[in-house]
Amino acid sequence: MPSRVGVVMFPGTNCEHDVVQAVNGLGGTAELVWHGNSSVSGYDALILPGGFAHGDYLRPGAIARFSPVMEAVGRFAAEGGPVVGICNGFQVLTEAGLLPGALQKNRGLRFLCATVDIRVETDRSVLTSGIAPGTVLSIPINHFEGNYTCDAETLARLRGDERVILRYVDNPNGSIDGIAGVCNEERNVVGLMPHPERASDALTGSVDGAVLLRSLLASALTSANA
Amino acid sequence: MASPSTFSVVVEVRLRPGIADPQGATIERALPALGLSGITGVRAGKSFRFDIVADDEVAALAQGTVVADRVLANPVIEESSVTVTVTATAKPVAG
Amino acid sequence: MEAGAQNSGSGGEQPLHRALGLTDGERDEVEALLGRPPNHLELALFAVMWSEHCSYKSSRVHLKRLPTVAPYVLVGPGENAGVIDAGDGIAVAIRIESHNHPSAIEPYQGAATGVGGILRDIFTMGARPIAVMDPLFFGDPAEARQRWLIEGVVAGISGYGNSVGVPTVGGELTFDPCYAQNPLVNVLCMGVLPVERLVLGQASGVGNLAVLLGSSTGRDGIGGVSVLASAGFGGEDDAASESKRPSVQVGDPFEEKRLIEACLELLDAKLVVGIQDLGGAGLVCATSETAARGGVGMDVDVSAVPRREDGMVAYEVMTSESQERMLAIVTPRDLPRVQEVCERWEVRASVVGRVTDAPDGVPGRLRILDGFDGEVLGDVPAVALSEDAPLYHRPLARPANQDARLADDPGALPAPADCGPDVLALLTDPAWVYRQYDHQLFLNTVEAPGGDAAVLRLAAPGLPPSERGLALSTDSNPGWCSLDPRQGTAATVAEAALNVACSGARPMAVVNCLNFGNPEHAEVMWQLSEAVDGMSEACLGLSLPVIGGNVSLYNESAGIDIDPTVVIGVLGLIERLAVRPPGVTLVPDAALVLFDGGPELSSDPPTPPPLGGSRWAKEIRGHRNGTLPRLDLAGHARLLSLVTALIGEGVSGGPALVAGIHDVSGGGLGVALAELSVRSGVGISVAGIGDHHELFTESPSRVLVCTTQVAGLVSRAADAGVRFRVLGTTGGDRITVEGLVDVSVDEATTAWRDRLPALLDEFAPAVSN
Repeated sequence: MPSRVGVVMFPGTNCEHDVVQAVNGLGGTAELVWHGNSSVSGYDALILPGGFAHGDYLRPGAIARFSPVMEAVGRFAAEGGPVVGICNGFQVLTEAGLLPGALQKNRGLRFLCATVDIRVETDRSVLTSGIAPGTVLSIPINHFEGNYTCDAETLARLRGDERVILRYVDNPNGSIDGIAGVCNEERNVVGLMPHPERASDALTGSVDGAVLLRSLLASALTSANA
Repeated sequence: MASPSTFSVVVEVRLRPGIADPQGATIERALPALGLSGITGVRAGKSFRFDIVADDEVAALAQGTVVADRVLANPVIEESSVTVTVTATAKPVAG
Repeated sequence: MEAGAQNSGSGGEQPLHRALGLTDGERDEVEALLGRPPNHLELALFAVMWSEHCSYKSSRVHLKRLPTVAPYVLVGPGENAGVIDAGDGIAVAIRIESHNHPSAIEPYQGAATGVGGILRDIFTMGARPIAVMDPLFFGDPAEARQRWLIEGVVAGISGYGNSVGVPTVGGELTFDPCYAQNPLVNVLCMGVLPVERLVLGQASGVGNLAVLLGSSTGRDGIGGVSVLASAGFGGEDDAASESKRPSVQVGDPFEEKRLIEACLELLDAKLVVGIQDLGGAGLVCATSETAARGGVGMDVDVSAVPRREDGMVAYEVMTSESQERMLAIVTPRDLPRVQEVCERWEVRASVVGRVTDAPDGVPGRLRILDGFDGEVLGDVPAVALSEDAPLYHRPLARPANQDARLADDPGALPAPADCGPDVLALLTDPAWVYRQYDHQLFLNTVEAPGGDAAVLRLAAPGLPPSERGLALSTDSNPGWCSLDPRQGTAATVAEAALNVACSGARPMAVVNCLNFGNPEHAEVMWQLSEAVDGMSEACLGLSLPVIGGNVSLYNESAGIDIDPTVVIGVLGLIERLAVRPPGVTLVPDAALVLFDGGPELSSDPPTPPPLGGSRWAKEIRGHRNGTLPRLDLAGHARLLSLVTALIGEGVSGGPALVAGIHDVSGGGLGVALAELSVRSGVGISVAGIGDHHELFTESPSRVLVCTTQVAGLVSRAADAGVRFRVLGTTGGDRITVEGLVDVSVDEATTAWRDRLPALLDEFAPAVSN
């Protein structure tokens, strides 16, 4: 049975169809979940896609975290369900306190859309299980506020617990310690700035992102059967 | 019991000390090119203004602080300060 | 509510109609049409609708000479966008616009609202916008003010386009001193739709309701079309002047995003009879055009229009250019469902008008009311506003110095001792610009910006499945058009068509943006007329219909007109897109072949290839005059067919004879060779290029092809009647053209990659370390 993936959509989200297409292309079954929903039952995994939820006004993710769906996302995560925030979705998860740290404006103060090399640092997360640490993936980034930051204590904990799951090979945005993606203590909630859905088809340039999404689909089935 | 009146609130949000500020750093680097030397410690922030109807200044400050802490600032990287004044043109309180 | 206003503009002592932008003759014509003197409100309505920007009153007599038909054209010029049938039940809508004057005053918001406006033109047709392209023209980037403009415009396009969620897949960046006071910001947008969702902006059904969707209405942008876009800048300081600043609008991409989704949902559910965006001239334009197109009238209740400022009077509400607004025509029965959809998307919906009868033979009236049963503030025939604008046959004059400019040819300039440094000086990587644009959203972008054409899958949510692809290119050559607007325009059409062919697409349709100087200068009108004729000739010769266009006049400052800047967008269709096209690249150990569909040069007496209009003459030697190389449309058409077929076979999954391809355009062979090399990191060794004439000439109709199958490739060229020449081989780490150029791939790459960052990143830290 295919993994059922809920793709959470806020007003201003704009990568939702791309994520649905990529997940379905890999054999999953993706459905859009409107931010006003207060339930996410029936899904094996949730993805918060990229975009500009509520226009990114105030701060990226700052208003989205008050949407009814976020309480349901929190419960789903607490029960061990896999949750992945991509780009703006990562920003929403940090604002909601489901992941540590915050995302600031890029060093250079410009929007950056480019394909960059990302190194997988651990296979202990719902997005990277089964991928050999050290694997380098070529995946697009697309953000103005992707400069990951956190205090020294949090950084030490993230490193000690092996919770930095992805690092930039060549830091494009000034992220602390080159961090491109992190997970929570339970390793079922993941946030990353790169867009794996944009690297899921050879016709558009790269299939390296599919490696990550496949891992998520596999994790989703495991967690659903647990 | 005091009758409710309108207070003007200003919330200033700034990055916590020690958090990197790419915007402030870029502005600081640009200043010498404009012939403005000796300026250091540039930090970028945001300011928000709104009105609150409350019984007194203490209550207005308390409400303003909730807004600042829960919505306007991200406590992971930002801190805020709240200033409350009675509006000069106090508006009648709606029903 | 009062119909007039206390402050009728900055005119001081001058009569009201002139302050609003109408001539004395136009004011008299309004009175004749109404049969009585117009009141202030009515005069204001005519002033914006009869502005150059809205009415094309100076250019229309020329534009009608353009060819506009082909069997697959569903909607031609005159509507919000041109539409073609792309097959598989899918239609493609495309439009290009200028936002030059607003961007000169406030670059970020000017460019941002330019993007917002063109998107509304596209989804007005029922199409989902899937790609934007931005041709940009600035003065010398060594000047601080130009850098401020460039930074602001690019950030505005990025800030709005990325947030609203439409990828920006290409564009152009041109620097020339003629744009110093009057930069050009053109925006092209393409959208796709299931054919049956196609809607036209017209009202019908007496008693139906006009519902205003989106933002509230403020005083922003009042007179934008009549005062700002339809007059030139006075001089040095005027472009940034305070007096024109109030006309600039502020964009809200988040509002636009919700508006797009709400409108497409309304159209999918068939809840609207007609729909029209509010752009230049705001509500008066949307109401009068929908009524006129539908042959009906409309009552508009200005008091029902939601405002964001107190004390606005009727003419301000009717002519405001506040952004992110649409007008939908809805039956009373469907109104609750329309409101429900809008509520879900948090889009405001207010009934502001009613469709009224147009009794036999009497044109429908546009009546402006204070409450549907209230006072009539203005009452004019709707059609008079949108279609009865005066048409001007303005005087034409070939510039007195034109012959002298043509005769002053750069062919006689002394040859460089070494062409290498000149080639390096002509290289520019536009990545600084396009890395700020989301160019990948929707997972459609097969060929990213920087190549000859953007290539996209023909796909979007809600579309029937298709294996086809789209290719899109915008091109311009103001230097050519300044020397010979007719041939320069024809060659620009040819180049844009060749760019899409290089990705395996068949060129299908043309849109154009004509950016010219002051139409009251006879030389400018001559340039415009010649450009239209050149476009017609090229489009007829290449069987390309023109399906849309935009004219931007009064691009001048201190009485100096810009070079005639004809921007041509060509849309191409790829029959089957299964494999990425080769693109501008090389593989090592292959051959380089030049295809040439241009006219043969006389060998008796031997004629050197022309350098007139070349980037080398202009940018390296500062020589702007000369005679352009000739264009042979029949030969060009043969080249297009050959290239489309060769690349098309490869992208469809068939045998690929071509490993890399690039058209020869600005900078000639020298730059085309170097670009192939720096984009692939592969060296080049070429021989048999006679001299700098041959290296830098920009003779049209030429393509460089990298292949490992020379025999197969050249036999195809021979069969197609296209001349070919094997120039050399690929490999190694140097770019060598025997006797002319010998530079390392590394130094060329550095020159190419670092030019824009070195100019524009002065205050910003390095992006990576």
